[in-house]
Amino acid sequence: MPNNLRFKTSKFIDETYRVSFKFNNKIYFGFKGDTLASALLANGIHLVGRSFKYHRPRGIMTSGSEEPNAIIQLHDNSSRTEPNVRATEVEIYEGLVASSQNCWPSVNFDIGGINNLLSPILPAGFYYKTFMWPASFWEKYEYFIRKSAGLGKSPKVADPDIYEHKYIHCDVLVIGAGISGIMAAKMAAKNGFKTLLVDEKSYLGGSSIYDNSEFSKINNQITSSWLEKEINEISKLENLEIKTRTSVAAFHGYNFLLARENLTDHLPINQRENKVRQRLLKIRAKKVITATGSIERPLIFDNNDRPGILLSSAIKRYIDLYGVACGENNILFTNNDTAYETAMSLIQRGIKINAIIDNREQIDSKISYEVEKNNIKIYKGYTVVDTYGYRRINRISIMKLSKDGQTVIGDKTKLNCDCLGVSGGWTPAVHLFTQSGGKLKFREEDQVFIPNVYPSDQISIGSCNGDFGLEEIIKNTLTSIKKFLDIDNSEYKTVETISGLNQSKRNIWLLPSDKSIGKTKSFVDYQNDATAKDIKLALREGFRSIEHVKRYTTTGMGTDQGKLGNMHALGIISETAGTKMGEHGTTTFRPPYTPLTFGTIVGRNVGKFFDIFRRTPIHDWHVANNAEFENVGQWKRAWYYPKDNENMHQAVQRESKAARDSAGILDASTLGKIDIQGTDASEFLNRVYTNAWSKLAVGKCRYGLMLNEDGMVYDDGVTTRLGENHYIMTTTTGGAANVLGKLEDYLQTEWPELDVYLSSVTDHFATISVCGPYSKKIVSKVIPDLDLSDEKFPHMSFKNAKINNIKCRVMRISFTGEHSYEINIQANFGKSVWEKCMEAGKDFNITPYGTETMHLLRAEKGFIIVGQDTDATLTPIDLQMDWIVSKKKYDFIGKRSLYRSDTIREDRKQLVGLLTENPEEVLEEGAQIVADIKKSPIEMLGHVTSSYYSPNLKKSIALGVVKGGKNMLGQKLIIPMENKNINVTVADPVFLDKEGERLNAKL
Amino acid sequence: MFLINCPFCGEREQSEFKAGGEAHIVRPKQPTELSDDEWAEYLFMRKNIKGIQFERWNHIHGCRKWFNMIRDTSNDQIKAVYKMGEKPPVK
Repeated sequence: MPNNLRFKTSKFIDETYRVSFKFNNKIYFGFKGDTLASALLANGIHLVGRSFKYHRPRGIMTSGSEEPNAIIQLHDNSSRTEPNVRATEVEIYEGLVASSQNCWPSVNFDIGGINNLLSPILPAGFYYKTFMWPASFWEKYEYFIRKSAGLGKSPKVADPDIYEHKYIHCDVLVIGAGISGIMAAKMAAKNGFKTLLVDEKSYLGGSSIYDNSEFSKINNQITSSWLEKEINEISKLENLEIKTRTSVAAFHGYNFLLARENLTDHLPINQRENKVRQRLLKIRAKKVITATGSIERPLIFDNNDRPGILLSSAIKRYIDLYGVACGENNILFTNNDTAYETAMSLIQRGIKINAIIDNREQIDSKISYEVEKNNIKIYKGYTVVDTYGYRRINRISIMKLSKDGQTVIGDKTKLNCDCLGVSGGWTPAVHLFTQSGGKLKFREEDQVFIPNVYPSDQISIGSCNGDFGLEEIIKNTLTSIKKFLDIDNSEYKTVETISGLNQSKRNIWLLPSDKSIGKTKSFVDYQNDATAKDIKLALREGFRSIEHVKRYTTTGMGTDQGKLGNMHALGIISETAGTKMGEHGTTTFRPPYTPLTFGTIVGRNVGKFFDIFRRTPIHDWHVANNAEFENVGQWKRAWYYPKDNENMHQAVQRESKAARDSAGILDASTLGKIDIQGTDASEFLNRVYTNAWSKLAVGKCRYGLMLNEDGMVYDDGVTTRLGENHYIMTTTTGGAANVLGKLEDYLQTEWPELDVYLSSVTDHFATISVCGPYSKKIVSKVIPDLDLSDEKFPHMSFKNAKINNIKCRVMRISFTGEHSYEINIQANFGKSVWEKCMEAGKDFNITPYGTETMHLLRAEKGFIIVGQDTDATLTPIDLQMDWIVSKKKYDFIGKRSLYRSDTIREDRKQLVGLLTENPEEVLEEGAQIVADIKKSPIEMLGHVTSSYYSPNLKKSIALGVVKGGKNMLGQKLIIPMENKNINVTVADPVFLDKEGERLNAKL
Repeated sequence: MFLINCPFCGEREQSEFKAGGEAHIVRPKQPTELSDDEWAEYLFMRKNIKGIQFERWNHIHGCRKWFNMIRDTSNDQIKAVYKMGEKPPVK
């Protein structure tokens, strides 16, 4: 470590605690309290990365979250590896490993650097312009473009860390713990408000905490001493919770904010075991006080991006907070007084300043006189026109500015340096304010956007509100917080401030050069390599909107979102276009303020907690009996039960055959069940189903079809009349929640006069369906007391029964076309009744079947599945289900739509059966159906919706929708596939037992 | 994220609610007597304005009740909430 760069004066650095870390495979040392950036600077390292497009050498430029250049890969190849981390925010710990990004083979020698030489042919929009033709070459270009795109490497294995989410409710949230934030938090907490104070840094106090200058004092104390006492006082307040290392990522409407609390990133890896790494705080605050401060502006001149060029305020922070000098021969370049504070910090430690270049002709402040007294040469009215040095700045050239600041005059002077501090004044950090929906206004005097219209109960204070002077900050914070919180007692008696700074500034967005603009590289967006030249080019090519210029030049589109240069881009646009800056507005500030890890966003919702799933009461039996499962909505449904290494096809063929030849058993518990009660229940069903319900006798069941108001099929199912005013409706598995929602909607909003109550009872019952020729025998063994004779218990009827004294409901209904019974019993008895059925059916080849066999069996009968054979564009008429639409009923949901000009068209897509020429050929579901393959373009008539090989019919069967299909019975159509055309014939959709003989067979 | 004052439960997070489109569109009592155009007006035509809008909301993960809301779509300010069947408190 070159000792000449480290100064033992900082109380924030623990010099007794040496920390070793690895950067680009080399071991370095720093101290506890360092950031990766400060430790690298202390080791004399400026060059840390390469820029995105030109691969230019880049160094550490700032000391905070606004850093555009020093973004690194943390933890190299381990499972924790993380790209695009700002070295200025990483607190070092023993064993830290980091490396440079976007360079190969190394940051010192990078092949991609050739792009810098090619830059004259890589203007804004280069990719759009170059790779457009010939169009067929795009796929070849794409490979290379993708290869060179992106920064850093994403991790390849699962993240070992733990993350979580937490809700916080508070009266007052204060964002930012600088002077104004600390004062606001104290005033709020002391006046009885439950207050939360957050700051992204590991310490409180912002940039004032290391302000030891004699030139700014509060109540005659050095600012940092006064502030330390304040912090000490508030840390004891009961009403106040303080969270450091907590960065607000998003400020949404209604004072809802997201913040990331960093808990372990500063600890050595071995101390992170079983600890939460980051917490996403979901904060709902009654009042929000934004005190996010401001970001220093760089200056835009030729080659303003070399390693060794830093913001002047960053140089001050590095020396005052970390005791690190960024260079031994410094030059400061400024348009305002801030740089003189940096100069004083350097002078106090005896660090050499070669010169100060100031844009201003007149400088009139105590602090500047003091600097001059120290024999520092100040070039007044000068600008930097160029810089030199490839991997580190070593020289600059300066020229005198003309009176209007538009050109440079006189001779060029060259000055040596190894570090250049730049200051272009300050930009209020209004990001969070605008995210919340706040409207900005432009203040002409010092060319800043400041908060104007607040969309919620919030206020901005301090320099994010455009107050830059110490006196202004304190005075305005006191008055506005008193008003905002409506309190009399400010907790502060008179606060006297002294400041040696003057707020004058000479703002020139793009500094003039002796070269033509085309020959300069004046970077506006450092990370994305967007230059002033690019912005001017975009304007020349006709772009006017700031949002378009941004996307065309990629200004502000890096991971730093242009926190440094966006204002300059706006300035250059308005200067070039001759418009007023305030009229352009700004680009949209979007969350997150700084990037969030995916881990933080998902919290604990990973692995088996990613999504909930629902299991039926019989689930464990299915698992024990080798079932494969299918996801239906959130349900896990048994799909098929493979036996002896069967594949799915073999299992389904066996199950289907058994269900028709002997007996099958299905777990139908997932079907939606809605309990409907009330004196108007029948009338209600009349209105929601297409068929008539008033005359359904108690103890009978009926199939119903539900439409949307537009006439399209929405859901179907069997509803049973349990009593005079009591029904139980079944819905499709996936549609259950939506059907209940829709029914509630009509009941509450359109028909509040109806006496009807709905409750979901899906989870309360287990539903077991037993079908096939032996179903009657099996059920009679399970429920011996129940009379199953056709006279007493005909198809489509219901009986109350008891199994071992447990009440159950038995319906004789069928979705397979076989004689079948559905037993509904309290859910917790589901598994034992299922097992009883299995035991009773042992001698009858009872075969459990899953959803796949269920689909096959119903397709043989031509029964539709809503959502598979329908897609919200089919009416019951299109489905050839005219029989279920009541002609007599005056009204039901969707009735009027059934005879709109569009729904009565003859050539609508209609459901038909499809039989392949070769009975062994099974169609693909979703395949297109055409009549003429020679026509170009081929006219698509429809598509296949369901397709199976039927073991009972010994042939392939399919359902599909075809334009005008109803009148095409017997017609030949073609299914064009990738390598063949399959001939099909349009058939009746009912393939098996159209007369219902199996259903009504005497068993 | 809105903080919605459900008329039945009080202030709750927006995530508990579901938006249900424009409010005060009454289903015609005699749909069969309407022309195609008149029915289409009821079925399809909805306002989408920048400014004050009357909306239906459902406290779907709460009391399951539907209610009405007056919202300024330009700044998402909720001006009022009121029960189904009640007259809007502001015009």
